[in-house]
Amino acid sequence: MSIDLEQFHQTFFEESFEGLDEMEKELLDLDMGSADSESINTIFRAAHSIKGGSATFGFTDVAEFTHRMETLLDEMRDGRREVTQEAVNLLLSSVDCLRDLLGAQREHNEPDKENVITLQQQLDDMLKVGSTPPAESSHAAASETRKKEVEEIKETEWLIQFHPHPHMLRTGNEPLRMFNELALLGDLIVKADHSKLPAFCDIAFDECYLSWELTLKGSVKHEQITEIFEWVDDDCDLSIEPVSEVEQHSQKPVKGNGETEKVPQTENKPVEQKGKTERRKSSLSEASSIRVGIDKVDELVNLVGELVITQSMLSQTNEDDSGNQDKLRDGLAQLERNTRELQESVMRIRMLPISFAFNRFPRMVHDLTQKLGKKVELKMSGEQTELDKTVMEKIGDPLVHLVRNSLDHGIEIPEIRLKNGKPEIGVLHLNAYHQGGSIVIEISDDGAGLNAARISSKAKSQGLIDENEVLTKEKIHELIFNPGFSTAETLSDVSGRGVGMDVVKRNIKGLGGSIDVDSEEGKGSTFTIRLPLTLAILDGQLIRVGNETYIIPLISIEETFQVSYELINTIANGTELYRLRDEYIPIVRLHDIFNLQPEHTELTDGLLAVVESDGCKVGLFIDDLLGQQQVVIKGLETNFRRVDGVSGATILGDGTVSLILDVGGLIEFARKRQTKAVA
Amino acid sequence: MATILAVDDSASMRQMVSFTLKSAGYNVVEAVDGVDALAKAKTMKANIVITDVNMPNMDGIALIAELRKLPDYKFIPILMLTTESGTSKKQEGKSAGATGWIVKPFNPDQLLSTVKRVAG
Repeated sequence: MSIDLEQFHQTFFEESFEGLDEMEKELLDLDMGSADSESINTIFRAAHSIKGGSATFGFTDVAEFTHRMETLLDEMRDGRREVTQEAVNLLLSSVDCLRDLLGAQREHNEPDKENVITLQQQLDDMLKVGSTPPAESSHAAASETRKKEVEEIKETEWLIQFHPHPHMLRTGNEPLRMFNELALLGDLIVKADHSKLPAFCDIAFDECYLSWELTLKGSVKHEQITEIFEWVDDDCDLSIEPVSEVEQHSQKPVKGNGETEKVPQTENKPVEQKGKTERRKSSLSEASSIRVGIDKVDELVNLVGELVITQSMLSQTNEDDSGNQDKLRDGLAQLERNTRELQESVMRIRMLPISFAFNRFPRMVHDLTQKLGKKVELKMSGEQTELDKTVMEKIGDPLVHLVRNSLDHGIEIPEIRLKNGKPEIGVLHLNAYHQGGSIVIEISDDGAGLNAARISSKAKSQGLIDENEVLTKEKIHELIFNPGFSTAETLSDVSGRGVGMDVVKRNIKGLGGSIDVDSEEGKGSTFTIRLPLTLAILDGQLIRVGNETYIIPLISIEETFQVSYELINTIANGTELYRLRDEYIPIVRLHDIFNLQPEHTELTDGLLAVVESDGCKVGLFIDDLLGQQQVVIKGLETNFRRVDGVSGATILGDGTVSLILDVGGLIEFARKRQTKAVA
Repeated sequence: MATILAVDDSASMRQMVSFTLKSAGYNVVEAVDGVDALAKAKTMKANIVITDVNMPNMDGIALIAELRKLPDYKFIPILMLTTESGTSKKQEGKSAGATGWIVKPFNPDQLLSTVKRVAG
């Protein structure tokens, strides 16, 4: 039969990569010296499966490499080798290498051969030293292959004495089966010896009392016969002799190494179920997920978006004819509820626990602390907090950057920590939780904190602030988000790769989120990221300018009020400023920007909506405020083109298209106009 | 045709074993570990069991010992999938009541010829 093994490759790759992830996670959790045997067992099992699978499916390079890892793990499992940091590090690098090897096989690429060879050498070196000699030689396999004398295939007659031990039937081995196989090799004569058969009433039905003398004639090799008896080697007395020699040694059959009355040992070793493993399992089942093609999910999300639009259209019809249409109203109420539920559950399909983004950090922290000579404990909480997949994909890099920063600049080396009266091991805490319609991610460390003096002197030397300016601590901390701003005295290869906090901030802004820093010198820092749960829907404030309706993301609106004449100031080139308590806020007339005919041109007749982005505020001059509603965001770029000051569009209940204002862009616009005015 | 209970925690191995046996006309019931296999074995009567050794929850050796305690499984052939280097495992398996073993890596043909040997 020819079976195409390739059909199983995909499954093999998937489970191997899962196995590697699990190995990595367990390796990072191992306590040096007193490692939990169940953890080592799990790691071993994963390696063992990968080895078995890769050998079966023809990936010999993977199998050979994994074999070395497996041997090392086997020694740890049996307690013949201590679990050292060195060994764990080597195993971690090996996990990476296996990922590379398997990835290359899957993509039909060339793996990094040099790395493979180096690691194999390192594994071999480690295997040579450090383990107490195994009870059973690893070369047992070799010794097991019996000495095979070169036998010529010629017509021989074999005399086989086969005396099963009484328990042999209980292994599921059947003498008849073996005789049938022997009969396939040549002419077989079977002679049964029933002399040991007890009286009928004493017969135990599951014991074997018979023995046999078999004569086999044909061109048969000794090893062909031993192979047939291979499985019962220890359960019988067996002798296989060529007939000519039998006459010379007329002796009893050679005794097998098994005792005659060997009771099958039912040495049950139920796997110990420790609390730890059980807990792990339950968290795994919580994270169990289905694989859904993202295109299908996108379509669903889109459809539900349409439904939301229909619903708001219907509810508007209802408001228009304010007759006694109770039924219509009830139906609408229901539609609204259903729509919202459907929307929520569909959105949930795209939601993934943030552990997907957090998972890479244990390894990263492990590697970086080794490199930096620091001791850090990574704590993670709220990993089950769910976040939209698209947001998740984009938040990964900023998180990595912040964690790197904390490890590199934040947490001090052990000597300094001890000197400052802190515990030697620093703590890096990643936490996620929901707050309102947003997700909050905190990255905090108990390291050195931000050095306000250094930041402000650096900011002064770069001309970001005036020589004599005195800023609050919060304002100083915000300076680190400026482009090109780094307070690291020396750039290490860990951080400072040309990506600064400004990029982090920009990326988070791009997701409609925000980032804040709170830090106390000597005590540590906390970075707090706030993100919308999803990028597809936002809570919007509808506003009117002339006959046009625009939407401002609710999150960016600080306040809205009627303008008092005496608080308006006009500076050079007609830029208007509004004095709001102790601040001067530039006024942006939306009708100017979008070239509209407004209802009001006098500031005092309309409204001012103060919006904030990036710590800057502007007052948008509008005609009127309309309702608030959730809007489904439609990209403008995909269907039209990018428009400054607009971040997208949506379809309103009456079917008209309304633009969603890009508050950051409008502020940028106001700033440019101001600079132009000053220049 | 004989019904075979195939036990392996690796999905790809399970697929391969199951596909091969089904192509040869056997009925195949799959189980993901010893615990799963034992539960399934109690609700059916397999003619042959093929089990991996290294598995979570209940390994192959323990499974064999448990199966041999069941009247239906007292004499049936139980084969273990083992690796060349696992001599001590073979011994443990035999003590628990395994009939024989199939050495990994194996190809579909080797699997079938071994199964034919015990299928009778």
